[in-house]
Amino acid sequence: MTVLQNDDLASLEAGLDALETTEVARVPRWRRLLFAFWPPAVAVGLFLLLWELVYRAGVQPTYALPSPADVGLVLLAQLRDGTLIEAVGTSVERGGLGFVVSVAVGTPLGLLVGRVRAVRRGIGPLLSGLQSLPSIAWVPAAIIFFGLGEAAIYAVVLLGAVPSIANGMVSGIDQVPPLFLRVGRVLGARGLASARHVLLPAVLPAYLGGLRQGWAFSWRSLMAAELIVRSPELGVGLGQLLDQGRLLSDMSLVFAGILGILVVGIAVELCLFAPLERRVLKRRGLLVTS
Amino acid sequence: MTLHALESDLTTGTAAVRLTGVSKRFGNGPTVLDDVSLAVQPGEFVCLLGASGCGKSTLLNLVAGLDAPTSGTVDLPDGRAALMFQEAALLPWLTAAQNVELALRLRGIGKSERRARAAELLELVRLRDAGGKRVHELSGGMRQRVAMARALAQETGVLLMDEPFAALDAITRDVLHEELVRLRASQSLTVLFVTHNVREAVRLGDRVVLLSSRPGRIAKEYAVDIPQPRRIESPDVARLSVTITEDLRAEIRRHGGQS
Repeated sequence: MTVLQNDDLASLEAGLDALETTEVARVPRWRRLLFAFWPPAVAVGLFLLLWELVYRAGVQPTYALPSPADVGLVLLAQLRDGTLIEAVGTSVERGGLGFVVSVAVGTPLGLLVGRVRAVRRGIGPLLSGLQSLPSIAWVPAAIIFFGLGEAAIYAVVLLGAVPSIANGMVSGIDQVPPLFLRVGRVLGARGLASARHVLLPAVLPAYLGGLRQGWAFSWRSLMAAELIVRSPELGVGLGQLLDQGRLLSDMSLVFAGILGILVVGIAVELCLFAPLERRVLKRRGLLVTS
Repeated sequence: MTLHALESDLTTGTAAVRLTGVSKRFGNGPTVLDDVSLAVQPGEFVCLLGASGCGKSTLLNLVAGLDAPTSGTVDLPDGRAALMFQEAALLPWLTAAQNVELALRLRGIGKSERRARAAELLELVRLRDAGGKRVHELSGGMRQRVAMARALAQETGVLLMDEPFAALDAITRDVLHEELVRLRASQSLTVLFVTHNVREAVRLGDRVVLLSSRPGRIAKEYAVDIPQPRRIESPDVARLSVTITEDLRAEIRRHGGQS
């Protein structure tokens, strides 16, 4: 009877390992960047073309539908005199601060709802219900309660974003494979150690999804609040700029405001959440395309 | 009574794992394990064999301390046991080395020692160069070897294995059998190995314990007096496997009759 010697076993294992692992060919960075760039560029180009055509067809008078060039000029003027930059700055500051506070409130709230059964029974349904409540519905209540001021704006942002973040955490906790928790216990992780080494890392992808949605909600809620909460003492954010455009019947200004809102939303998504999520998913082998 | 069973009764007190009259039922459900008594000697390799519903996984959970018996006692002089599952159950947010290190970390071992020890353990399962790899970059066999290294990192001396190779292809499984036998000898491990594969049980074990199903009881024990290293396809392994399979089938047939 032949029996494998130690060296034979080692080389056999090495062979198996080599056969069963595949090296993934990497796409060069410049090609990935190029591919990331041209499809949206073409889409934007087509959109502008369509706009120009509709404008030329004279469907609406110029004050109601300015040409892309008109909006571009207004945008440029706004950029030059600093109004737009200032509005973006004010809004991003409010949105960012509101988001950070929402994270600070939503994270422990989500943990509580996810881990404590009585709390889940008590406020779980309310929390998911709140997610489908348009946050603009809070604006009147916030104005009455806090008056026309920053506090009202932040209240609306928080009410919009906290449920999303907490719900992300809850669904993340629900999705943790029980096997991981068992492994943790076998390895001797109890209580805090188990939360730190097993539960929280396992929750991370869903939690990030919640953060992403939380940001979208806080940005939207902020715009709703800024459109309505206006007072001379308040700094002018993008929402207020938008409302100014409406009062002046200046469609180009309105378009410039919308564009500003959109650009900030896309920029935060592209520069913060998308890379973060990609990194987490890629590490875990959950991202198929590279 | 087989020689080994007799032996374990004579050497009371020295067993690495001792179950005495262990029964288990969940809530008001049927009895899963009924009056199971089993002693595994230090350094012994015992395979638990049985059809579905014999409670073998429940038994391992009891020994691992993940669950408590309804009656009877489970004694581990060391207090702890490492457990391996059918899935490698590595944590996907950690590298192979970090998975091993986590076991050390949870035992309170310092950072630099952790790193060195994890490297040693990976070397032991011949994955020295795979330490930096993520779980999804490893093959099924490599994952189970990392899981083995992680189990060894617990340094419990007792290794519980719940069908750890069932999900692997035959070639990889064969290699891992070899690997396990080698590690068990070099690390003087006590192993309690659950399987429903008769040949695997005979290939690996010093003793095979056949469990009946619903409820799980010890039906029979077999001493495997075939010297290691063995081959799964060897005539000696085949001969004993035939005997055990006959007994296993007899156990299963009892459940098909009219009740």
